[in-house]
Amino acid sequence: MFNDRTAKFLLLAALVICVGGAFAPNWIVNQFMFGFSRALAILGLMVLWRTGLVSFGHAFYFGLGAYAVAILDSKLGVSDVFLRLMAGAVVAGVAGFLIGFIMRNYRDIFFAMLNTAISMVLFGIVVKTESLGSTDGFAISASTIFGLSPETKYPLFVIITLVGLTAALAVNFYLKTTFGKLTTAIRDNEIRVEYLGFSVAHAIHLKYTISTILAGGAGALMAMSLGQVDPESMINWTVSGELVFVTILSGPGNVIAPFIGSLVFEVLRTYAFELAPQAWQLIMGATFLTIIFFLPGGIWSLIEKLGGKKNEK
Amino acid sequence: MSSWRFLILNSHYFLGANNMETFLTILLDGLQFSSYLFIVSAGLTIIFGVMKILNVAHGSFYAWGAYTAAFFIGKFSDMGLPDALGFLIILAAAIVVGVILGFIIEQGILKHMYERDEVLIVLATFGLFLVLEDIILIAFGTDPYFAYQPMALLESVELGGITRDVYGITLIGVAAVVAVGCWWLLNKTKWGTLLKAVIFDREMGISMGINVPLVYTLTFIGGAILGGLGGAYIAPTISVAPGLGTEVIVLSFAVVVVGGMGSIAGAAIGSLIIGILRAIAVHELPQVELFVVFAVMAIVLVFRPEGLFAPAKPRKI
Amino acid sequence: MTNKLLKGALGIAAVSAVALAGGIAHAKDTITIAVPSFLTGGAAGPFGIPAMNGAKMVTDAINKGTLPAPYNTKGFGGASASLIELDEGGGATKQVAEYRNLVEKRNVDAIVGYISSGNCQALAPIAEELKQFTIFATCGTPRIFEEAARKYVFRTMGHATSDNVAAAMYVKENFPDMKSYTGINQNYAWGQDSWRDFDLTMKQIMPNTTASDKTQFPKIFAGQYGSEISAMSLDKADLVHSSFWGGDLEAFIFQGAARGLFKKKIGVVTVGGTAAYRLGKKLPDGLVLGARGPYGILVRDRDSALNQWFVNTYKDIYGIYPSGPAYQYGQAILAAKIAYDKAGSDASNEQLADALRGITFESFSTTIEMKLGGGHQAATENGYGITKYDADQGENVVTGVKFYPASCVLPPDGVNSVDWINGGMKGAKC
Repeated sequence: MFNDRTAKFLLLAALVICVGGAFAPNWIVNQFMFGFSRALAILGLMVLWRTGLVSFGHAFYFGLGAYAVAILDSKLGVSDVFLRLMAGAVVAGVAGFLIGFIMRNYRDIFFAMLNTAISMVLFGIVVKTESLGSTDGFAISASTIFGLSPETKYPLFVIITLVGLTAALAVNFYLKTTFGKLTTAIRDNEIRVEYLGFSVAHAIHLKYTISTILAGGAGALMAMSLGQVDPESMINWTVSGELVFVTILSGPGNVIAPFIGSLVFEVLRTYAFELAPQAWQLIMGATFLTIIFFLPGGIWSLIEKLGGKKNEK
Repeated sequence: MSSWRFLILNSHYFLGANNMETFLTILLDGLQFSSYLFIVSAGLTIIFGVMKILNVAHGSFYAWGAYTAAFFIGKFSDMGLPDALGFLIILAAAIVVGVILGFIIEQGILKHMYERDEVLIVLATFGLFLVLEDIILIAFGTDPYFAYQPMALLESVELGGITRDVYGITLIGVAAVVAVGCWWLLNKTKWGTLLKAVIFDREMGISMGINVPLVYTLTFIGGAILGGLGGAYIAPTISVAPGLGTEVIVLSFAVVVVGGMGSIAGAAIGSLIIGILRAIAVHELPQVELFVVFAVMAIVLVFRPEGLFAPAKPRKI
Repeated sequence: MTNKLLKGALGIAAVSAVALAGGIAHAKDTITIAVPSFLTGGAAGPFGIPAMNGAKMVTDAINKGTLPAPYNTKGFGGASASLIELDEGGGATKQVAEYRNLVEKRNVDAIVGYISSGNCQALAPIAEELKQFTIFATCGTPRIFEEAARKYVFRTMGHATSDNVAAAMYVKENFPDMKSYTGINQNYAWGQDSWRDFDLTMKQIMPNTTASDKTQFPKIFAGQYGSEISAMSLDKADLVHSSFWGGDLEAFIFQGAARGLFKKKIGVVTVGGTAAYRLGKKLPDGLVLGARGPYGILVRDRDSALNQWFVNTYKDIYGIYPSGPAYQYGQAILAAKIAYDKAGSDASNEQLADALRGITFESFSTTIEMKLGGGHQAATENGYGITKYDADQGENVVTGVKFYPASCVLPPDGVNSVDWINGGMKGAKC
């Protein structure tokens, strides 16, 4: 598991980032926390994309994870980081597993749309329900780690980085297994995969569930980083759109890609906001178009090209 | 037969109404909202049916149509021209917006992407939508535009015990014209046969000598005109302000998904179902009004994912 | 092996370097004030842009020292202020990230603004955590100061409870024969809370009236209200309450007026002030109109030097009379000046907070007492008037304007708003 270059790089990068985070200014630490939280969800979407599926509704699971943390906090007073993370991932994963039974039979645009429909139903429910905070959402108390309440955000930052590292290593390993390699196989030709003896439906179901677990965990981490949940930022279809944007931006080439892509997205959005407060949407949209047209493999393909490696399709 | 009489006299109960007046009101409300939905989503379903592109920028056609119509109605009214001219402006705005925007987008961007994954094309239209939204802000500013003159001109009428605006009722007429027009085009003209051939199998269409790129361009422009018409015709009833396009995207997606992507009849039936269900909800149980649209969409997707009237798709190895 | 490592390391280093490079250093006798407001989306036209205009106009005047007395000193504690304009759109998550950027990366001195309750709600704890002097200008939810004690966050405007309590009182005084009421409000926190406060207050002060069981809550930005207007036309209620704002309000007024809704029922529009000037003669007569406090068209004729300066200067620069949001942002900037004047231009966040806490000051259109929320939440009067189109002047006016003092429409310090209403509004002094 630790033999290949990607894994070695991930370990080294995680170390550098954790150490660097102790000296970096707060706002950079925050950007990384948001970026890496989101990257977890992108990791899941990347697995789906390699399978040829794009979901326009993963904000459903992202939001479930975030709200699970919020509800646990307000109703049961749970504040431990790991419990919250588990809760988010498990709740979203269970939902994903159940919904996966339906989802695994769909492809292309119908897959995308059904996910959207489900996420908008959840959005409607949360907006309508005052006890869930409606559109104002509610705040989350600070996270504790094994009972200790840290003064700064640094410990949370380290945890998020380590969670990201673990997830990336796990997905990397998974993609090298037979089942993992089925992703691109299914995208290329489903019928042949069936002839090989594998059940496409089962494979897709598994990958879907993995992506929902990751999305739920991402939502939980994001909620903890922000200290706040609200439906507009976490369940609305625009959030799903954002997740897809970053997935395309990153490219499906490697598990490192989502992390780089998420960071680039954070930087891009911050500067778009600063430079053009009235036209930031235009900048984001134009960037999106540019990436789709000129860099369909995402940022990762750019990095690969710089390294002189041929771009695999 | 007395049982028929009984059925007819009590039919209002099917819509949850207590008497014939309320029945008429709910029916008209449903038809009006359905017409709104249909006009707004007809363009989307045509583009998807022919080109297999789910055009997120459809919301932009709507917004541009609304802004253009509102802008000129306001200007012409200030110049003292008769209000009835507004209807002409609406039609003109739809055509101008559809032709210009449709042409630029199709030739400039989409044409280069037909070989690519269809989901990637959807994402490109999403990027386009973001860009066009901000261009509206730059072109028209953040203040709202009012174009109430055509609606005020037609005044109101008493129907079903309440006052209704005639303009809203004409919406039903416009939707009917669009629906019949599309049906006639598809089924009674040579052009329609070409379109159906391309919808069914693009490659065969090319090998049969159909100028498919031209078909695509014209279809996209046609869909854009319809989208613009939706915005232009609605403009007199609302305040045309930024963010206009975002709401219609989700609504038209829901209609198209329910009705079957690529089917005009499907879009019509889908609009009717959603529109009437929503009208009943508003009158009888307003709390669920928000869910009606998405619940129907989700149910249809689960039980009949291609939509109620989807055209048959040949399976290819 | 090193290739991939290098590539990835380059990637992360490049991103970090770009991110780090954006810091701004600030000079000593100028201060930077960040002003977030809705510059895009549906809230820009009625709220965001007028608000930003008000803020810019007042800041400019302060920098030049041209405000009327007693604020005619130059600058904020002598320092000249430069404004950073920001878009408040994009959702609370984005705003939290941007707020942190403002404080930790761009090192602004003060943050004055915010219109959306969702944003204020999300940002209050962050402001406290980062110990940043922040003045909320327009957002309405009472929860900000009812849920926790704040040290660095202030709000210079009365909160939304007063809008609907005052509305109910106005209705009771002017329409005592009203028998039943219904409502149409946007289906999100603002609309839900507005209806709740109005309904609860009516149950207290007009207990013989009934609320309709078919109140409408359409989706925000829906724009088409045909079915809802039909349902309300059929409803026997005499009065329609609405907290609609912006495009939704204007669409509702167009569609409702075309169908005679406002001739058959009394319309109460709690945020009508933002549409009053723009709709011109399309605004129906006889609407009970609110401006979320002493702002906009309700106070156009108040003849204090400050108000006349505000109204005339705004009209000269922007060509239209100032509406509520312009006042609200303007007075928040004024509050910042007062704090800086008292504590000095190089004051710390704590000193600025101490300077503003609990004071009473003359704003452009009213007196503001910072006496709720431990001295952090403003208490002002709130009132309503009835619309009428004055054909001679060619503009809208309001008649029968009545204001209720703060102690009448806002709960006392430390009391939760909903509990206060349900408890019969104890301690209210009208």
